[in-house]
Formats: sequence, C-alpha cells, structure tokens
Amino acid sequence: MFSCIYCPELSVAVSLADFGYSFSPLVEEATPECVVLDVAGCELRFGSAYKLANEISHYAMLPKAEGGLGQRINVSLAGNPDSAILAARFLKGITFIEPGEELTALGDLPIEKLLSPSPKSKVQSSRSGMTKSILKPPNSRLNRETLDLGPWTLDEKQALEILETLRLWGVRTFRDFVRLPTTGVAERLGQEGVKLQQLAAGKTERHLQLKQPAPIFDNQIELDYPLAELEPLSFIFARLLNQLCANLLAYALATNELRVRLKLEDGTTHERTLSLPAPLRDHKIFLKLLLLDTEAHPPPRAVVGVAIACEPVKPRVLQSGLFIPQAPEAAKLELTLARLVKLVGSKNVGSPAVVDTHRPDTFQLKRFVVSGDRKTRKRGRETRGRGDAGTRGYGEGETRGYGEAGTRGSGDAEILRQGDAASPPDRVSPSPHPPLSASPHLPLCASPYLRLGFRMFRPPLRAMVDASRGYPQQISAWGPNRSVYGKVVRLAGPWRKTGDWWRDDSWARDEWDIAIEQSGAAVSERVTVAQVLYRIYRELRSGAWFVEGSYD
Amino acid sequence: MRVALSKATFEAEITSRFGAPFNRQKAPAEIMATGIATVDSVIAGLPRGAITEIFGAPSSGRTSFMLSLLAHAAAHKEVCALIDTSDVFDPTSATELQLDLDQLLWVRCAANVEHAFKATDLLLQGGGFGLVLLDLGDVAGKDARRIISSWWYRFRRTVEKTPTVLVVIAADSCVRSCASLALELSRETDDWSSAAGMTLPPVAGLPTHANLLSAVKVQLHRHRPLHAGTRSAHFNAVSHA
Repeated sequence: MFSCIYCPELSVAVSLADFGYSFSPLVEEATPECVVLDVAGCELRFGSAYKLANEISHYAMLPKAEGGLGQRINVSLAGNPDSAILAARFLKGITFIEPGEELTALGDLPIEKLLSPSPKSKVQSSRSGMTKSILKPPNSRLNRETLDLGPWTLDEKQALEILETLRLWGVRTFRDFVRLPTTGVAERLGQEGVKLQQLAAGKTERHLQLKQPAPIFDNQIELDYPLAELEPLSFIFARLLNQLCANLLAYALATNELRVRLKLEDGTTHERTLSLPAPLRDHKIFLKLLLLDTEAHPPPRAVVGVAIACEPVKPRVLQSGLFIPQAPEAAKLELTLARLVKLVGSKNVGSPAVVDTHRPDTFQLKRFVVSGDRKTRKRGRETRGRGDAGTRGYGEGETRGYGEAGTRGSGDAEILRQGDAASPPDRVSPSPHPPLSASPHLPLCASPYLRLGFRMFRPPLRAMVDASRGYPQQISAWGPNRSVYGKVVRLAGPWRKTGDWWRDDSWARDEWDIAIEQSGAAVSERVTVAQVLYRIYRELRSGAWFVEGSYD
Repeated sequence: MRVALSKATFEAEITSRFGAPFNRQKAPAEIMATGIATVDSVIAGLPRGAITEIFGAPSSGRTSFMLSLLAHAAAHKEVCALIDTSDVFDPTSATELQLDLDQLLWVRCAANVEHAFKATDLLLQGGGFGLVLLDLGDVAGKDARRIISSWWYRFRRTVEKTPTVLVVIAADSCVRSCASLALELSRETDDWSSAAGMTLPPVAGLPTHANLLSAVKVQLHRHRPLHAGTRSAHFNAVSHA
C-alpha cells in the first residue's frame, strides 16, 4: 500500500519529506508539497493502514513545535503510487482506495485532471542538481515542452492532441476514458493513449523513487583535552578520514581536495588544504599525506578540535592502453612527491617549465602531474633556445650575433645595434637555424646527432680573470662545491647579450667559451689531464667575471 | 677401472641424446633505446630493471647523452625523473631537444648526496617511472668514494623486477658490480670554429660552441647478460644555439 500526503499551502521552512519519515522510511518526494510513502508493513506499528492515515492527518494538525505541520493535509491510501497521488491532489481529506477500486474513487474526476502534470515534474533533484521545468495546468494553454505523467513523460503537443481528441469523442471523466476499448485507443492514440488509460484506471505499477538523505562530507570532532603532538593527532585524523572515505565510497565518489581545520587552544583556527591531482578515496593515503603536511606545517598551538571536509567529485576512470608505458599510480605518486617535498623542500621538486624570457637561467617549477589522458598532452612545446634569440629578440632586446662571432671590437658594436629595440624588426638578423618548433618535418628525437648539453652552475661562480690582452688568459674561481682554475688554452667569443633594458634589473654581458686544462681531482680519477669547456661571462655594468656553467 | 667423465663431456653426451637441455637461452632483457643510433647499434639500448652507469670526465658528453636519453624516453611516453644532485640541469637546453618537460620530474638536491640517494630510493619504491636518472656528475671524487655499496645493492634489488631504467651519471665509475651496463664517455675532438686568437677553420653560420663536442667516444665496459667485452661507438653533440 502507498500513502500520499499533499499539502498545497506548505511553508518553505517545513520539509514534508521529514514529516513523512515519521511514518515510513521509504519516502518519495514528488514535490515539496507532495510525498508518497510506502506503508507496507506499517500495520505492525499503527494497527492498520486506515489508522495510519488517520494518524498522519492527526499529526499534521499539530503545531510545528510538536513535530506537526500546523495545517490540514490531504492523505490518500492506494495500491499504487500514481493513484495515491491523484487521490491526494484532487480529493480533500482522507481517501482510502482499496486495490481494484481505483476507478470507483477516481472515476468521476474530469479528464483534464489526468493530463494535468504530475507534481513530480516539479522535483528538483538534489543529487544531480537538475531542475525540471515547473509546469502549469493544461487549461492554461500549455506553454511547456513535456508533461511528466507518472512513470512516463508525454510530449506537450501530443498531450494537447490527445486531450482534444478525447473531448471530440465526448470523454469527460476518467470513467468514460476507461470504458473505451483498449484496442481502439491503441489504434487511435498509440501507446501513450493506452498508458493514459491505465493511469485513469489506476492500474499502473512502478517503484518509488526514494529520497536519499544528503551526503555529509564534513566530519569534525571536539577533543576533551588539547593535543600538542602529532602521534595522538594521527589517530583523530584516521578516525575522521575513515568516516569520510566510507561516505565517499557509499556514494561512489572520490575527492581531490581535503580541507583540514584545526581548532587551537587559543581559539584560533589552523587551516590546511590538500589538493590532489587526481580524485582518490584511500584513507591510508589521505592519512599519510595529512601527516606529512602537518609535519611540514605544524599548528602553532595545541589542538582542541579537528574538522576534515572534502570536495566530492566523480572518481577517475582510466582506460590504459596496451602499448602505453606504465605511469606512476596517482596515489603513490602523490605520496612520493609529499615525501620528496619533505626531504628537499617544495621549491626543489616539480616539473620544469621554461619562462618566456631570454634572461639566462630563468625557469619555473610546476607541480608534477601525470596526465591520465596522454593523447591530450601538449606535444611540441615551444622551444626557445639560444638560436631563437635573433628572431624574437626585438621585443626583449636580446642580442646574439652569430655571423660576427669572431669579430670583436667594432663587431660587437654592430651586433648590439642589430638587437637594439629601437631598430625595426625586419633589420634583425635572422637566426641561422630556425626554431625547432617551426620545422614540422623534423621527427621528434629522430635526429642523428645530439644537442650540446650544458650544466648550469647555480649560482654562477665569481671568477678572477686575467684579460690584460683583451681576452681571458687565466681564470680562477672558487665555490663551495666546485672550482675552476687554470690557463685558458682555447677560447671563442665574445658574444654580447643584453635584455630587459626597460626594467630596473636589466642585464648585459659578454660571453666567452673557454677551454681550461684541468688535472687531478678536479677532473676524475681515470683522466689525469683534460680540457674542460666552460661558458664564462663578464657583466658589463660591474665588470665582474662569472663562470656560468660547463659544456658537457 | 672407472672412467671419470668431466662435466663438459657429460653435458655433451646428454645433449647428443636429448637435445640441448643445458643451452637454455635466457629471455632477452627488455631494453630502452638511447635515441642515439650509433650507440644503440652497439649496445641495443639500456636494460630495464637494471642499473646503467655512464661516467666520464667533465665535458665528455655525459649531459648531452643524458638529455638525448630523456628526450627519447619522454617522446615514447615514459615518465622520467631526474635527481639533480648538484642542481645543474638547464631546462632551456633541454627544450632544444623538444624534451616534453611535463613528463619530467626534476628533484634538485642542492649538492646534498645523501638527499639525492634518498630521493632516488623514494622514486624507485614509488614505482611507475620509466627512466630514473641520478646525476652525480659534479660530485667530488672524495664524496663519490664515500657512497656505501649497500645503496647500489638496494637500488639494484628495487629495480630488478620493474621496467624502470636507472641511470647513474658520474665522473668516475662508482656503481661497480651493481651496474649491468657501464659506459665510459670521452671527448675525442672538438671543433672551435671562428675562435678568437686561434687558427681554426670557421664553420659558416655557427657559433663556436656548436661543435664543441663534435666527437664523443662511448666505450662499453660492462654489459650483462647480452654482451661481454669492450666495444665502442661515436656520436656528435651539436648545438642549435
């Protein structure tokens, strides 16, 4: 048996579904003003279904403070939900419809009531967030697209046609419609007509669409005494995360963001947010990440309350290819990254990215993320090498004169003019090599030769250079981890390089490639004497010499 | 009088009767190509699930080799990790090889060798990386000699059942017997075009450093189980700068 409660003048602050839960755990919220209860088995508590209906009506009359609605309601009892809804909506008071007697109770209702939209069409789904259009009665010359009639949806235009046809046939009530032969209705009105006839006869069968309680993804706990150490706090974290992950699992969801609020002894709050690259719901991983983060960013005072909330999202679904190399698991990778951050610091772990500038040794570290769909990964990244400088140096004022590399003195001045921002772009000498990104026919990494590797010294080594003849002859540079010293046996340069002239931190320098003959421990055990190739430069402003790095 | 059969004679007798039960060929090891055709033609590639050591003096082409390896692996969708002990990796020169930097995890250890080894251990234990590079190229000899062997045994044990290629780059051979493949790099010639004060033939349109590593010799020292003995290959490192 199904019971429908209809309260057309329900105030916004009252939930009819909550009222319905007082009588049955199985509640369908057709609309905020209309709920359907499955009352099968409730006789054990209320005596009989009829007594239950009386109880519902009685409790509804009670004031709100006592758990009632403070209003009169329509209550119906029927063998199927749709008949119960029709009875509650259009028959006042309490209506009992025995199974098989639906037509007796509803037969005299005008046929327009059948095609009036079901209150279910107003339902706003709390889970999906989608709202169906609010429908007006059919008499208001339907300005809608569909009619939601119980278990099926009827096209608006089709509903109008059926209603008009029924009027032409002289059908005025439900009973008139039910009396028509089903075969004839099917031939003339189609399956929709047959279904409407079943609805009028009260012979539909469907399951209730039960209202689910809103999921809670915010767990908190107040502590009896303050906790100042991480170990006891980890048990609290574990308990809350277990609950959170159980909730996520129950709703087949995951999360990619954990928000932790620690209520401190002095009344302040310490908040941390853990952003995950992929949705997860493994409480062990969450706990380890949370402990690592709390260890790296400990709360300033003892903790008296813990709250953990998460942002529920759909779990990640991956279809890995047979020939795609394996990638680190998202959960393991996140844990590994957290441990690496703890070991070497957050500024030393990540994925390098080249910044759009010609300033030497400028880069940034991004968060390392393994993309699930590698096909969408951006390929052919913008390549910016030293060879691009000539083609794009106009805006940034960077200079690199390849043709004039061997000429010094007056040649340098000419090079500087070529890259000067005041010169028009068409006068900038083109690079002898086009940028790699501009050569689409070059297969990726299929080149038969290598590129010259460079090892950047960070920071550059301050050097003492003997350049009495106009070029470096002797160099001596000492740093905490490396040293460069010796006689320059081969060299080339200089190449003048400037940039950011419009800013306060502009830079300008002359670069040289030099070879130094080094021996002993500075080279290796196997090689006693070797020429090591370095790039050195002289800052034009200060005149200081530096070793930028070595070619390797 | 009993005739004592040697093991070889016994095996030959068994083989002649029942086939070749003692000549079971081991399954070929999985390899990862280096991206350098001349080197791949000699060593076929770097073995997966094993340690490869690449060593040589400074300016011997180790970094060029490493960048080529990274670019080739990233182009084949391998997730790569670089443990940069001395913080010397230059992303700008890496982009010249069209290295997909999104595929690369860069761990900078600020010259702390212990951190570098712990970071390597964490990455190997985490799993899933196709190529893990440990760059000890600028570690001083006295520090390299202090590296205890148990680290290498631990790494070898960790990677042996995985498809990960662990490459160690150093100035001297330090992995020793734990390395399945050891390559020694040395620079044979360099080409100083248009060098100031030098009498070298200029290369048209190229700066001097374009051909600084014009011939790098790769010498194979240890390679098991595929090959044995010493072989060598050559490659050129050219800059587009």
